[in-house]
Amino acid sequence: MTTVRDPVHQGRLKTPFFPRVEQLDFLNEWHEWKGYSSPNALYCGDLEYFAIRNGTGVFDISPMTKYRITGPDAMEYLNRLVTRDMAKIKAGRVAYAVWCDDQGQVIDDGTIFHLREGEYRLCSQERHFAWLQAATIGFDVSIVHETERVAALAVQGPTSFSILNAMGIKGLDQLKPFGLMHVDFQGVEMMVSRTGFTADLGYELWIEPSKALDLWDALFKAGELYKIRAIGTHALELARIEAGYLAPYTEFLPADETVRTGRSRSPLELGLEWLVDFKKPNFNGRRALAEEKRRGSTWQLVKLDIAGNKPAHSSYIYAKEKGKKKEIGFITSAAWSPVCKQNIALGTVRAPHGKPGDELWVEVYYQREMHWNRTMAKAMVVDKPFWFPPRRGATPPGPY
Amino acid sequence: MKTYDAIVVGAGHNGLTNAAFLAKAGLDVVCVEKNDYIGGATVSRNLYKDWWYSNCSYVCSLLRPEIYRSLELHKHGLQVTPYGGSVQFMQNGDYYGGYHDDEVAYREMARFSRHDADAYKSYSADVMRQCRFIRDFLLSTPPDPTSFKPKDLMELARIGGKFMDMGEDRMHETIRFWTMSVADYLGEYFETDVIKTALSGSGIIGTALGIHSPGTAYVLLHHYMGEVDGNAGSWGFARGGTGAVAKAIAGAFQAAGGEIRTEAGVAQIIVKNGKTVGVALDNGDEIHADIVVSAMDVKRTFLTCMDKNDLPEKFHRRVENFKIRGSSGKVNIALDGLPTFPALPEGSSLYHSDMHFIDSMERMERAYDDWKDGTWSKDPYIDMLIPTLSDPTMAPPGKHFMSCFVQYCPHQIEGRAWTADEKEAFGKTVINQIANYSPDFKDLILHAEIRTPQDIEAEIGITEGNIFHGELTMDQLLFNRPIPGYAQYRGPVGGLYMCGSSTHPGGGIMAAPGANAAREILSDLKRPNTVPENFGDD
Repeated sequence: MTTVRDPVHQGRLKTPFFPRVEQLDFLNEWHEWKGYSSPNALYCGDLEYFAIRNGTGVFDISPMTKYRITGPDAMEYLNRLVTRDMAKIKAGRVAYAVWCDDQGQVIDDGTIFHLREGEYRLCSQERHFAWLQAATIGFDVSIVHETERVAALAVQGPTSFSILNAMGIKGLDQLKPFGLMHVDFQGVEMMVSRTGFTADLGYELWIEPSKALDLWDALFKAGELYKIRAIGTHALELARIEAGYLAPYTEFLPADETVRTGRSRSPLELGLEWLVDFKKPNFNGRRALAEEKRRGSTWQLVKLDIAGNKPAHSSYIYAKEKGKKKEIGFITSAAWSPVCKQNIALGTVRAPHGKPGDELWVEVYYQREMHWNRTMAKAMVVDKPFWFPPRRGATPPGPY
Repeated sequence: MKTYDAIVVGAGHNGLTNAAFLAKAGLDVVCVEKNDYIGGATVSRNLYKDWWYSNCSYVCSLLRPEIYRSLELHKHGLQVTPYGGSVQFMQNGDYYGGYHDDEVAYREMARFSRHDADAYKSYSADVMRQCRFIRDFLLSTPPDPTSFKPKDLMELARIGGKFMDMGEDRMHETIRFWTMSVADYLGEYFETDVIKTALSGSGIIGTALGIHSPGTAYVLLHHYMGEVDGNAGSWGFARGGTGAVAKAIAGAFQAAGGEIRTEAGVAQIIVKNGKTVGVALDNGDEIHADIVVSAMDVKRTFLTCMDKNDLPEKFHRRVENFKIRGSSGKVNIALDGLPTFPALPEGSSLYHSDMHFIDSMERMERAYDDWKDGTWSKDPYIDMLIPTLSDPTMAPPGKHFMSCFVQYCPHQIEGRAWTADEKEAFGKTVINQIANYSPDFKDLILHAEIRTPQDIEAEIGITEGNIFHGELTMDQLLFNRPIPGYAQYRGPVGGLYMCGSSTHPGGGIMAAPGANAAREILSDLKRPNTVPENFGDD
């Protein structure tokens, strides 16, 4: 018999930044993210949120699933995989993308970083190695799972440019949204991308795990005068809803994991038609999506501006039909937006309901001192993100 | 002499369930049992000192929660506690562990293959989709596809509707799934031999088929469609051994005024003028009732306990041809202490799991080859559990009971009866395979009960000791179970019904056949139905 091996790690894993995040943690509120411990909040969820909108919030995104895709056919492979045209994404650019099954149902969304000519990184919430590998048939391409090999931080907020600038990162002023660049950090290569999940000025930093703590220290030292704060998921989630971004398992389910019929969604139903390019060569789900475009979708994702100040968590959505209110869908994410002073939500309704400007109702339940109350609140369908400040797109960014 | 409303033959869990629902409807019911104990194969036996053996069935998951609730089994002493995980010991000293925690399970799979770890989610979703499809029909009578009765047409429409509802792509998948081999099915998702091996076991347990035999993918489903408290696919232990299930159902039956007679084996089901009028017992006594319900398997019911002249010729032939082949045995062991498995870390949660000692698809198939050759597997698939790690009632403190389900084990050796030496050798095969991974195991054995299909048949009465009362293959499922035209629990003779696992939806401690048959009987008698409806889950 060979020697007895150690069992696989039984509890939660710690990211490369964990020792530093732990030092800043006062609440001891953690949850599990793909096997790793990730903070709900570190000292105060509300204040952490304002770090994103007022200073800079730093969030450890190391548990995000990452794949390295290389080889002569890498671009063609990705073009076949996702619905948008990857030929347009030049080296040094990042693309938000969705990929579908043959029925045109979304398996996941994610970001694809064109690191160098013919070399890509795909980041997603879910793990898809089996699916990605199955899709390689006929392509000269190599896919490597590299989640553990890359430590990453989201650095988000109006002062984020100033902080990274103060850290000595050169050329950042010319980096446009969805751009990426490679810089030197203490002798190792670091990738900087102008991406994020907050719809604010912000960057993501990608580095090898051995340099993670040094990066954290340099970042927080540079950020000292610029209101830098480590943040947890509560703050990020609020910023995400304000940005109107989709969260997997909230706004959609990976199609290959749905058990019930009709619980998956197509990109068209998720308001992502702009990501579907019928002009490019064949891609997974193309035929089904073309058919759906012809005959119309079943569902429509909506952004709602809701009257009043009571967040519409898990509410049903109604529309008036022949003078009567009829239930047409439900809320998936809801929040009171502190920066917009708006009662905002994302939801899913039966098409053709849900066009921008449609007036709908949501049934809000709220509790006050043990007692539950119910109200029907008017809700307007909007098409723009709730929060999208000019500084998010400004190049060069200002020294806010 | 007293005449009953109904006689139920066999006090296994299905017979008792049937009797309980009939009694709840106000019928005067007697349940007769050949042994001096009840439970049939759902039994806990005191065979050595203070040890209680789940010496036939050993785990619980399929028991329909609707029946559990409706018969208030908790009031009659039943408690089912979940257990988790599995382990596959490997010949190279390594092991593959299946863990309760999703992420730990993922990491363990990824240790062998990232591809397989990622594929597991869609595999689970695909199997769960099939489970949801079939689960909805467990507590209902299969429709007769040749009938024009409104009830049959409605049920056919319901099945068709649920099927259509899956969408084109998933309908194709379903049709393939029902006919595939478990090896082919797993091969579509996974690349790692030991992971496929671990998952394939559920495709052959209780079945005289190999992992490469078509139809075994469905058997996998049969083991996945259970639940413990709504956790689909979970398995649990009945506190006190599986006999606690039969005891609790018997309690519900007796509370409803039912009578149980043990040591009352049925020699003959008596038929007069095309109708059953009662049963003749082995001791010559007769019991009379207009309704006789057999919980025995169909072969025993019709070939042993009935006069051939009372049955339609074709029906008789079909029963003769019903596939009910002995394929598994059991070795039940009293232990002086907990054996150690040095491959596992001390205190590993995997001690509480299903343990297996076979690590490749090839070994799985070769185990079946031995069965085809008319002998027990020399390198068997063992499903081993130590329920006393969580159940304090089955052995004295610090001592343990080990249940080993063994596949494959034929009903006869090369067409003749087992000899005592062969039975001994079969037991040794099992003990040796486990001892390969646990050096102190043999020294801890205080007593072992070795059971071949022949022993199970002789004691419990199930033909060839087949745990499902007949193979779970497409030709013997749904409206084909047990025999086309007789899937609605009614026998070919007036007043005669079937409620054992030979009927839809088949074996395992599910109690659905017993309940479904009760619903049909009450409907024929125009009595109010006492059998609960499927919970449904949308």
